[in-house]
Amino acid sequence: MIETTFTPVSAAVGGAMIGLGAVLLMALRGNVFGATGILAGVMSPSSSGEWAWRAVLMAGMISGPVAVFAVTGQMPAIEVPVSTWMLVVGGLIVGAGVTYGSGCTSGHGICGLARLSPRSIVATATFMASTAATVFVIRHVIGG
Amino acid sequence: MRLFLIYLAGLGFGVGIAISGMMNPAKVLNFFDFAGIWDPTLLVVMVSALVVTAIGYRLVFRRERPLFSPRFQVPTSRTIDAKLVGGAAVFGIGWGISGFCPGAALPALGTGDPAVLIFVGAMILGILLARAAIQRSWLARVFATA
Repeated sequence: MIETTFTPVSAAVGGAMIGLGAVLLMALRGNVFGATGILAGVMSPSSSGEWAWRAVLMAGMISGPVAVFAVTGQMPAIEVPVSTWMLVVGGLIVGAGVTYGSGCTSGHGICGLARLSPRSIVATATFMASTAATVFVIRHVIGG
Repeated sequence: MRLFLIYLAGLGFGVGIAISGMMNPAKVLNFFDFAGIWDPTLLVVMVSALVVTAIGYRLVFRRERPLFSPRFQVPTSRTIDAKLVGGAAVFGIGWGISGFCPGAALPALGTGDPAVLIFVGAMILGILLARAAIQRSWLARVFATA
């Protein structure tokens, strides 16, 4: 476990920028900003026109931390409190789950909730609960 | 010009994830650790993003259509089935194990951190495996009815 401190101001500013990105994409292309859908679209395009904008959007996302580095001189912190095999197992499970569940925190948790989509409300409540249960089991049942 | 504006939408999202601290699995996992070292940051990020998106979408939907596309393409399905709930539950298990979700991990690729590369590689493999499984069950159903 790695202790972290509550950072409400950067959280609110960062959250607002995430929202602005989602709103801008809706205004431009009329699509929800779901990381799962964007990655899936880049992995298997239905047509080249559909591929290009998703690839550009993903390039924009990936330049985010680089832009932060260019302005502040510091890369955003990535502290990994889990082992490499947990990253691999977690990654496999996340990939499978978002494919079956048609979305993740950005698509369901932000864009879907903002539209009051019943599917997204159910999905978000489900994954928030299962994430919390998983962390509880790992840290306080197995690790405790 | 069109693609540049779309790039800016991605950049805004990526900068937001970076500033908010959500690229950091330690912060994300501590949010879910209510019984331990709880860090409420993720809640503030989600509420802030949600408020901006909800208000922004409302303004955008007043228009007939998006700027570069003939119509809005928001998901229309309203079916709540085992696939949705099961998939979401499984996703949460993976999120809880690793501390990364797709929306945080994709922008985090820009840091070049090896942990992110490992996670994203495994996630892509997971997507491909799930797709193959879905396709196979779909094929099985087609053959069963044929």
